[in-house]
Amino acid sequence: MMKKLLISSLLVGLLTLTGHAADTVALTGSGSTFVKPVMDKWASTYSTSVDPTVKINYAGGGSGTGQKNILDGTVDFAGSDGPMSDAQLKSAPTPILHLPVVAGAVVIIYNVPGVTGLKLDGPTLANIFLGNITKWNDPAIVAQNPGVTLPDLDISTVHRSDGSGTTYIFTDYLSNVSPAWQSTVGKKTSVAWPGGVGQQGSAGVSAQVQKTTGGIGYVELIYALSNKISFADVKNAAGNYITASLGGVSTALATATIPADFRFSYVNAPGDASYPISGVTWLLVPQQSKDPVKGTKLVAFIKWIYTDPSAQAMAAKLNYAPIPPAVVTRVLAAVDTIKN
Amino acid sequence: MKSTAQALPATAADLPAPNRWGNRIFEGMTMLSVVILGVCFVCAAYVLVEGAWLAIHTYGWSFLTSQQWNPVTENFGALPFIFGTVVSAAIALLIAVPLSIGTAIFLTDLAPLWMRQPLTSVIEMLAAVPSVIWGLWGLFVLMPWLHDHPYTWLNKHFGSIPIFGGPIEGSGSCIMSAGIIVAIMILPIVTSVSREILRAVPDLQREAAYGLGATRWEVTRIAVLSYARRGLLGAAVLGLGRALGETMAVTMVVGNSPKIHASLLQPGWTLASVIANQFGEASDDLQRSVLFEIGLVLVGVTIVVNIGALILIKSIETPGTRRA
Repeated sequence: MMKKLLISSLLVGLLTLTGHAADTVALTGSGSTFVKPVMDKWASTYSTSVDPTVKINYAGGGSGTGQKNILDGTVDFAGSDGPMSDAQLKSAPTPILHLPVVAGAVVIIYNVPGVTGLKLDGPTLANIFLGNITKWNDPAIVAQNPGVTLPDLDISTVHRSDGSGTTYIFTDYLSNVSPAWQSTVGKKTSVAWPGGVGQQGSAGVSAQVQKTTGGIGYVELIYALSNKISFADVKNAAGNYITASLGGVSTALATATIPADFRFSYVNAPGDASYPISGVTWLLVPQQSKDPVKGTKLVAFIKWIYTDPSAQAMAAKLNYAPIPPAVVTRVLAAVDTIKN
Repeated sequence: MKSTAQALPATAADLPAPNRWGNRIFEGMTMLSVVILGVCFVCAAYVLVEGAWLAIHTYGWSFLTSQQWNPVTENFGALPFIFGTVVSAAIALLIAVPLSIGTAIFLTDLAPLWMRQPLTSVIEMLAAVPSVIWGLWGLFVLMPWLHDHPYTWLNKHFGSIPIFGGPIEGSGSCIMSAGIIVAIMILPIVTSVSREILRAVPDLQREAAYGLGATRWEVTRIAVLSYARRGLLGAAVLGLGRALGETMAVTMVVGNSPKIHASLLQPGWTLASVIANQFGEASDDLQRSVLFEIGLVLVGVTIVVNIGALILIKSIETPGTRRA
């Protein structure tokens, strides 16, 4: 009798314990640091005002970390500024979906005394970073900037020394506009730069450019906007010089051709007002979730991100370019293919 | 012969042994500390080798001699980083060791008594400044100044000597800047160790030299420095260890460019700072593995350099006593 009572009370105890654990579901993510500010905001808002039973923790760590973690299955979702390779996807135990979640752009910052409103086209940028153009008064730069007095000053290029989605977008663009760049350097989150100085993070690049007379570098649009750094106008595929803006990024995204698996690039997009050096950040989500409870909660969270006006407003407030409605419809259809 | 050998322990045994257990526990604890330290080292080495296995298998020994660093084509070599690490550490030592020993001599032998303690405290406080602060100061203050004045001057007048050759890139981001920043960072530790060593030189030595009619400089040279030279070299080795592994401050001023330039005024990269820079975004297995192997190379370089320094210290004999 006594024994029976003990066992049953133990069972009840266990049930309450597991029952309690089922009350809150912890979703973990890692990856892109670019998307971390808005992801943190979404995560905290979602668990306080939408679904208190969900706790979401997005650890950041970089796109490479996110890709590795999602492949190993140690996180429920990941963020990445570059698409995963075919080889990586093949090695995944379950298919992994790429869901474009926010868009961003890369801008060119420079430090030439007395010069503002600089205009540059793609081939010139590629030649500067290849080391073929070494002076600010090179004919190629002068021809694009009538009325601007450019000094006889050495160009010092600055790039990201850490692997970065920003570098991916920038080198993707340079590969697109310059065959020489594509064949000698190529595109990746970090590349073999022909020359120049490397610095860590957008903050490092921008500090180095500010301290270098004749310096030129690239940073995220959001970083330049929030720190009020001026940047160069870049010539797009339609032949117009465009000052980077969130609108210009969305325009470029709207004109891009997007394949069914969403692994696409839209640098140098057509469209009169498209800003050419743009890219997206993807959420990486396994198509078959290991845990049905977690899977259901994750799908609900993702749908909330794309459809809730307040979630979209948070992204806009943090200077992320939104995904156009036509693309969102397609993304939501893809989210519906996730099996729990 | 035999009887004396037996007699000695016998007298030791005659002594009362009040606390054998205490002795055993004490011995056991010290032994345990050694074992824990050893296990930590073995575990770290195992993790490094396991992580680096793919890269070791892919590149073999050519990893140590290749100058390539191309993440796109996955051609990786460690030579530019080994070069940057060794050269920047050497510059740091060349600057820091004479300054530290000079400071230590001043603090122990020459400075007025009231000045010694405050000065020592100030120098030791420098050791508490975080690495990243040194890096920021280097990036925003020191580097632009070095670039505008000494570097430009050196390049203009001595540019024909390869180590001062141009063009000077960035705003003074180069191996030389990294060496200078690291020198400032290792100054406090080398100075305080040197000071302790100079203080351990018996006053008898100094008095004897004065007694022979030596001048202040001669006393310092003959009685103090030559007595303490092994210890001072040991202090330099301590600084070297730190110089080889310094990461954050170096990465902010070294230029992070995986190339070998003859000129000290051009950018380079070090083993520790490339790991810190690229580990987070190393998306594919091979690149991660390569960074593990870079870590292994750093351990190897540190061991080789330290063994070299130990051999150097051993080869120097200390006059008088074998202490220090």
